Amino acid sequence: MLILLWLKNKLAFIPYFRFMQVLLSHSKLKELISSLAKQLVEKHGSLNEVALVGIQQGGVAIADELVVAIRKQDPEAKFEYGQLDITFYRDDIRKNILTPDRMNLPFAVEDKTVILIDDVLFTGRTIKAALDVLLDYGRPGKVELCVLVDRKEHRQFPIQADFVGQAFETDRKDKIKLVNDEKGNKQVVLITG
Amino acid sequence: MQLSTRHLLGIKDLTQEDISLILSTAEQFKEVLQRPVKKVPSLRDVTIVNLFYENSTRTRFSFELAEKRLSADTINFAASTSSAAKGETLLDTVRNILSMKVDMVVMRHSASGAPHFLSQHVPAAIINAGDGINEHPTQALLDAFSIKESTGGLEGKKIAIIGDIMHSRVAQSNVYLLNKMGAKVTVCGPPTLIPKYAAEAWGVEVNYNLKETLEWCDVANVLRIQLERQNQPLFSSLREYRISYGINRQLLDSLQKEIVIMHPGPINRGVELDSDVADSKQAIILQQVENGVAVRMAVLYLLSGRN
Repeated sequence: MLILLWLKNKLAFIPYFRFMQVLLSHSKLKELISSLAKQLVEKHGSLNEVALVGIQQGGVAIADELVVAIRKQDPEAKFEYGQLDITFYRDDIRKNILTPDRMNLPFAVEDKTVILIDDVLFTGRTIKAALDVLLDYGRPGKVELCVLVDRKEHRQFPIQADFVGQAFETDRKDKIKLVNDEKGNKQVVLITG
Repeated sequence: MQLSTRHLLGIKDLTQEDISLILSTAEQFKEVLQRPVKKVPSLRDVTIVNLFYENSTRTRFSFELAEKRLSADTINFAASTSSAAKGETLLDTVRNILSMKVDMVVMRHSASGAPHFLSQHVPAAIINAGDGINEHPTQALLDAFSIKESTGGLEGKKIAIIGDIMHSRVAQSNVYLLNKMGAKVTVCGPPTLIPKYAAEAWGVEVNYNLKETLEWCDVANVLRIQLERQNQPLFSSLREYRISYGINRQLLDSLQKEIVIMHPGPINRGVELDSDVADSKQAIILQQVENGVAVRMAVLYLLSGRN
């Protein structure tokens, strides 16, 4: 075991020897999403004045599943749903010009409770950019944040989530990604090295 | 995905992937222009000079608005009110402007190739806003965006470019772009206003008959007569031009199908287009102007990376 750990640390410096470990299997991920849906319904009831907004791209994938889970728990729930892209608002835009994703907010955000949804909350920069985008659409009554994974020890902005699937303690250099497994099902992986 | 070029000098230099990237990015910027706050902070650390050595209304306003919608700082230069009138060379003017830490140059010049020359001598990204009778790449891009929007695509679409093909940089850029994207192109106009090499060099059909061309096409992009670029009379009179190549309501109604009418502006009403055509629902001339801002935002955004 000790030899394996030593080998992992040594080889991690070489890009080809990065280690990938499944943090949340598809079934665990489904379980967490269903628990998040339950928390949202508990807090907001029929979600009448609520707009769920997924952040491109990982957040939209989670939000799509969350919408299904909410409808399963409360088929009468009436809420707005949209997708938000932060590409034009990134603070690291000059490092790399990225192609934008689709932006789709087909409702007025004015006075609504907007729940931003993302896959991983890490430094908080994405959420800060998402808030900037949202405020260019209007003045929401309240904004809450719902994330599947929280890496709270690495925050660079004073941003915290209201709903968290699961928190993980990770190294700053590690990456946590939402990926598809060989069957095309979503899972969350940790990439170290 | 990135553009394959640091500058936008002409459509000739772009790949099919570049054109698709610009058009898909422009779609997202068009969405930005529908928001209550029609502005994004993407270029807030970028300064752009609009260097116009030739008159322009639409293109200059469109670029300036696109720059402001991207939060860039802008300065405007008009040759008539600058040191160029005192004899300063183009290169000296631009070097002076760039020493004030300008990152991008949008340039219109009456000399074909002026932006290409500049791109070899200065470090800033150069965007061609029209050079002589060579190219007007952002106009061709916004025309393509508008065609795509109104007909659903470019590939296989039949596009007619009608009018003064010889002196039009819009025609040349459109031909390059539409060929690259798989559209079918016919140029139509008086024989004296169509270059002899058009069919062979551009790979387009040439038809001198307006009615036949309109019967064939899905979209007619109508150009104005560029009297300011003609050194000798190339047709008898504007009245004669109107009779043979002017598009009126009666002519459009006589066609078997409803075609889309485009015009890059400025329109000479009563010459190439009658008012009842230019102002009809078949004409997408004002949509072209609206799309111009989104397309120019996309070009500026994609060329703004410093790496």
